[in-house]
Amino acid sequence: MKFLRDQLDKIKPLTAKNPFLHTAYDAFETFLFAPKTVTSGAGVHIRDGLDLKRTMVSVVLALQLCLLFGIFNIGHQHFAAYGLFTGYTDGLLYKILYGLFQLLPIIIVTHVVGLGIEFYFASKKGHAVEEGFLVSGMLIPLIMPPDLPLWMLALSVAFAVVIAKEAFGGTGMNLLNIALTARVFVFFAYPTDISGDTVWVSYDYNILHKLFGLDALTAGKSLIDGFSGATPLALAAKGGWEAVTQQYSVAQMFWGDIPGSVGEMCKPAIIAGVIMLIVTGIGSWQIMLSMVAGLLVTGFIFNGVASAIPDAAPFLAVPFYYHLIMGSFLFAMAYMATDPVTATQTQTGKWVYGFMIGVVGMIVRVMNPAYPEGWMLAILFMNVFAPLIDHFVIEANIKRRLKRSHA
Amino acid sequence: MANIKLKRGFDINIKGKPQKEVSTLKSRTYAVTPTDFFGISPIPKLLVNVGDEVKAGDPLFFDKKNPDILHVAPVSGEVVEIKRGDKRAIGEVVILADDKMTYRPLERMRISSASREEVVKHMLATGCWPFLRQRPYNVIADPEVTPKHIFISGFDNAPLAPDYDFVMEGQKEDFQAGIEVLKKLTSGKVHLSVNGKSTPSKTYAEAKGIELHTVSGPHPSSCVGVQIHHISPIAKGQVVWTINPQDVLVLGRVFNHGQFNTERFIAVGGTHVAKPQYFRTYLGASVESLTANNLTGNHVRFISGNVLTGTKIAQNEHLGFFHHQLSVIEEGDRYELFGWLLPSYPRPSLSRTFTGFLSPSKEYAVNTNTHGEHRAMVLTGAYEEVTPMDILPMQLLKAIITNNLDLMEGLGIYEVVEEDLALCEFVCPSKTDVQHILRNGLEMMREQS
Repeated sequence: MKFLRDQLDKIKPLTAKNPFLHTAYDAFETFLFAPKTVTSGAGVHIRDGLDLKRTMVSVVLALQLCLLFGIFNIGHQHFAAYGLFTGYTDGLLYKILYGLFQLLPIIIVTHVVGLGIEFYFASKKGHAVEEGFLVSGMLIPLIMPPDLPLWMLALSVAFAVVIAKEAFGGTGMNLLNIALTARVFVFFAYPTDISGDTVWVSYDYNILHKLFGLDALTAGKSLIDGFSGATPLALAAKGGWEAVTQQYSVAQMFWGDIPGSVGEMCKPAIIAGVIMLIVTGIGSWQIMLSMVAGLLVTGFIFNGVASAIPDAAPFLAVPFYYHLIMGSFLFAMAYMATDPVTATQTQTGKWVYGFMIGVVGMIVRVMNPAYPEGWMLAILFMNVFAPLIDHFVIEANIKRRLKRSHA
Repeated sequence: MANIKLKRGFDINIKGKPQKEVSTLKSRTYAVTPTDFFGISPIPKLLVNVGDEVKAGDPLFFDKKNPDILHVAPVSGEVVEIKRGDKRAIGEVVILADDKMTYRPLERMRISSASREEVVKHMLATGCWPFLRQRPYNVIADPEVTPKHIFISGFDNAPLAPDYDFVMEGQKEDFQAGIEVLKKLTSGKVHLSVNGKSTPSKTYAEAKGIELHTVSGPHPSSCVGVQIHHISPIAKGQVVWTINPQDVLVLGRVFNHGQFNTERFIAVGGTHVAKPQYFRTYLGASVESLTANNLTGNHVRFISGNVLTGTKIAQNEHLGFFHHQLSVIEEGDRYELFGWLLPSYPRPSLSRTFTGFLSPSKEYAVNTNTHGEHRAMVLTGAYEEVTPMDILPMQLLKAIITNNLDLMEGLGIYEVVEEDLALCEFVCPSKTDVQHILRNGLEMMREQS
């Protein structure tokens, strides 16, 4: 430790002149060593052990199971499309290697682009690099389709960081969730590349097959008969719950053995993350709980509508509790809605905010003919409304105070 | 009489809790520090020079804006030093204590037959007026004003704070006399809050003519501002006064015995105190005497008051006017490899990202490290968890930062002072200077009024 510290102290003067170097040095120094600054002596003399770095890294840790499963599932779905290694543990090494080859470039590109922009802006502003991108940088790879071209990814990350974050003043100031902004950029800028039924399984990368020596296995093979690659939500939109269960079992949807975005499939992995976020107090349980309530209530109403109107859209009739394990609901609830910067800031507001995401997300998921998933749009929508909800909570507090003084 | 149960808050357990052992301490020097009082000018009018002999109760200085409010000597002796700070502001007026204390003879007054005016005049002249502080703003009370109520918090659950049930034991007569004086001053009531979690001292339980409340819950439930919020909140234009129980005793002694006798118990505790205990001494005792042969390290910070709201002082300085404890903790100015990820020693935290939450009674060897760098406000919810009031702390702070006076007023700035929101500053993951911001807001409002 002493050696490392001495080396850092040696480098420090070299970086003093160039603002970018200085910012970069500062970021790495504070990453390696918690600073030795002490309280000023005018306010509190001791501080809580928690800082922003630890907060952010807690979220990243809570994401690790999703990440690990995502790596496995990319490979698993890929080979399943060729009818290979259909057992979970069959060819496990190949699946993991394949997943890593797909996902690592995504993670690297996200961080290089995102952190590069963050460092640049921080040095321009003369600020320290803030930790917000630690989480965004891990979330973005997990919510993208696995075979997204890397240049689209780079563009979407750049858009999200510059327009949604730095334009507003950096970490803590942004109005919209960064990761979702990146996702929504891809969605609206390249709709044909992201909204098809089958983009969720990666077919390409034949070069990888060569590398693994799997040529013989896949050579001449095309996708197996009857393989559609459609996600359960796409199926539900067309044929309701029946169509879903023809292709996927509830257990498959729960454990994540289905195609989809990298991190959102395996529900137990997400639930483990949720437990960690709630126990540590990093994620707001109020938002999560009210969001579940919003989803169930809306789903229940839809079920009622479906039974009252015989020729209603089949999606309406999907039993409301199954919505919990379909699509990206749980992932969005755990990691997207609870983003403290873009959620409401008042505790009362959090209940309203979460519930409304649940309602709006269900409306988009079920009623929208074009795009059968709602959480991205619902959360961004409510991000925009969060300050308004806070405004009403603040006004209510002011009114209570006024009323009390007149009483 | 109210029974107030508060849930939100946070108790920080620090190593070195003062044990209930009392030594009588004659400090070599004592001092009064003008900067302990908010709102008085930094250069008050001095009435003594270096070399003057004073008796306990002799006037030392007064604020030029309020010449009636005299600040007096806590002990008899020779004025040996008048410390000057920036721009010649007066730091400390230091008195070298006599071997035998002599008191300035004061007129004794029968409280029951005295009028409010006489009581006020007597308090001003005898030097016990500065003990009274006014809410909003926490400044010295204005003698021209009649407060709605007077509030006394009968306990303190801040880290390493003195146990007032222990301290107040056997002081019934002086306390009652002090209460009688306070009753003269307000048109409303004198409210006393005791700790709902322990058996209150007889001094409290048998006090007459007060509204007795029990308050339970973690810190900051002992902060008088929190109690006021739940008992009779301050609205715009209203004024209440507050006073510490040990200062009520001084008040009582002035009227009962005709002496300005500031005898009090001071709790000395913290990680680097060999034998944390209580001292019976007088107001403004020196750090040197309070810690003589009782320190286990030299890289330490001396804090007059508690670790949340106290003032950093040097070893050759003296305890503050409103402080009843001295905390000594380690200075934490050292790097920690991956300290944010893998802490190398246990530390208190409201969050449950450290294993400490599994053993809530664990005592910590805290230090002054900030445990992270200053950042924009990112997290939400932590402030609310330690604010047991119907107040939105983060929104209030943002109103102050944006100089929005109407919003500050609407969100209840009159109801809080620094100590009420000190825990917000402790828990803040962005390491915001909450108390500093709040004081700016309070000063802004005071200038407007």
